[in-house]
Amino acid sequence: MSVENSVIRADHRLLADMVEAGTRVLDVGCGDGDLLAYLAKAKRVDARGIEISREGVAACVSKGLAVIQGDADTDLFEYPDNCFDYVILSQTLQATRRPRVVVEQMLRIAKNAIVSFPNFGHWRIRASLLFQGRMPVNENLPDSWYDTPNIHFCTIRDFVALADEVQAKIVRAEALDAAGKPVRVAMPWWFWNLMGEQGIFWLARK
Amino acid sequence: MARKHNEADDPQSLVLRLPASTPLPLESGLDLAPLQIAYQTYGTLNAAKSNAVLICHALTGDQHVASENPVTRKPGWWANMIGPGKPIDTNRYFVICSNVIGGCMGSSGPANTDAATGMPFGTDFPVITISDMVRAQARLIDHLGIETLLGVVGGSMGGMQVLAWASLFSERVFAAMPIACAAKHSAQNIAFHEVGRQAVMADPDWRRGRYFEAGVEPVKGLSVARMGAHITYLSESALQRKFGRKLQDRAAPTFSFDADFQVESYLRYQGMSFVERFDANSYLYLTRAMDYFDLAADNGGSLAAAFRKTKTRFCLVSFTSDWLFPTTDSRQIVHALNANAAPVSFVEIESDKGHDAFLLDEPTLFRTAHGFLDAAASARGL
Repeated sequence: MSVENSVIRADHRLLADMVEAGTRVLDVGCGDGDLLAYLAKAKRVDARGIEISREGVAACVSKGLAVIQGDADTDLFEYPDNCFDYVILSQTLQATRRPRVVVEQMLRIAKNAIVSFPNFGHWRIRASLLFQGRMPVNENLPDSWYDTPNIHFCTIRDFVALADEVQAKIVRAEALDAAGKPVRVAMPWWFWNLMGEQGIFWLARK
Repeated sequence: MARKHNEADDPQSLVLRLPASTPLPLESGLDLAPLQIAYQTYGTLNAAKSNAVLICHALTGDQHVASENPVTRKPGWWANMIGPGKPIDTNRYFVICSNVIGGCMGSSGPANTDAATGMPFGTDFPVITISDMVRAQARLIDHLGIETLLGVVGGSMGGMQVLAWASLFSERVFAAMPIACAAKHSAQNIAFHEVGRQAVMADPDWRRGRYFEAGVEPVKGLSVARMGAHITYLSESALQRKFGRKLQDRAAPTFSFDADFQVESYLRYQGMSFVERFDANSYLYLTRAMDYFDLAADNGGSLAAAFRKTKTRFCLVSFTSDWLFPTTDSRQIVHALNANAAPVSFVEIESDKGHDAFLLDEPTLFRTAHGFLDAAASARGL
């Protein structure tokens, strides 16, 4: 595994930057384990994962990662309080059945929760709905409405409101543009909500 | 019959014989002494004694895991998993596999000669449990001078032993890989075992377990037991794919009770070849040991308590079509390990081959075992 030399996705790098080295990290919906492998190697974290697809889990375990086949909606309840330092939910929130419960569980088992999601408030999505009257299909959201696993889309502003509802503190927030680059301008939420294709939020218990 | 008797007393493998002065205390309260453990090793133990992997065999397996079986002349039962360059690579690891106590391939069991009488123990042999098997294996590991095993790996009854190792000797197990198993034997599985035992005991040649003296063996009963059990190791779809309703060497049914169907002929063959290599009393003892297995009950009713503060890393594997030890059984163990925030991996492998899948050519299983052990070895500085 030449993780250090491999190209890491822009949003993964941003997520990884939020994680302190040598900590305990659970990546929920870890896919093929690219982010976990990077964190284990570059940040020396105790890396664990949950992934719903059998193929993803098999790929992770054959790389030597500690990953279980499981479901964010049901399996977070099993973990004791505070057993991790960070729980990461990367591009998975919109596919959970009860996103609010998932975020609450994340903040129960770890002090820090890092969540990234496609922003449904992005201008291109608004334009698609406004001008074509169709649900958006693009390179980041490739599935049609009837076969997408994504059942709970939200906007950046929705997520800010959710953070408030679950009484979480927003430690850091980033909006990524279409190229996956952070929108590095201090702007109000409405601007990020319009320009960000993805939101990345680092929440902590108050 | 004489042959089987000899294999029990003088196995064609390495043997550890411990004197009567160091008895093995059993869960039943009895002592087992003298203790005999037949085993095989593959590869080389490194100077730090840190590269040892213990393989635990299933109900009818034995110590010949990766080399030709001296009785059947067939390749080792897990030769596709273990060997030079194989997923569990004997160029890198020192692999140990011992016959379980209660077995009939050279470890203390009912077919061994009781020194006091000069006759086989038969049903005078004490009832043993999965924990007893593991404690006996620990004696062997002590004898080999190994403090901590890099890995303990096994499927089915072997997986139960892996769980017992991780629970009883957590500090001696760096990595544990229980495959296609459960933390307790289900009512349905106990029921199947009971049918098998009743088949053996209903055979007039069983003679209350003292058949060797009479020069007979309950081959009919044992073979029926094996036929029944074999069905539970497969799956409906595997049987359908393999046999369907195909007839055996005939164009039409014979309107008799001959083996008209291929599946009948196959099962009869499985039963008959099994009795050539296995002792009927051992079958009773080992099925009983599995029935008694309940790791939660051993820990005040809490499975999580069985793994309290464990440092062992785990990798569990189940197969989608395994109805003997279904995925829910493995998931229960995963839940208990998560409750301890233990480092655990869990893979459910898609296969239509039923419980037996763990012994077959399953590339995902091979990749998983290789990756898991490789990561454990790296973490241990190998």
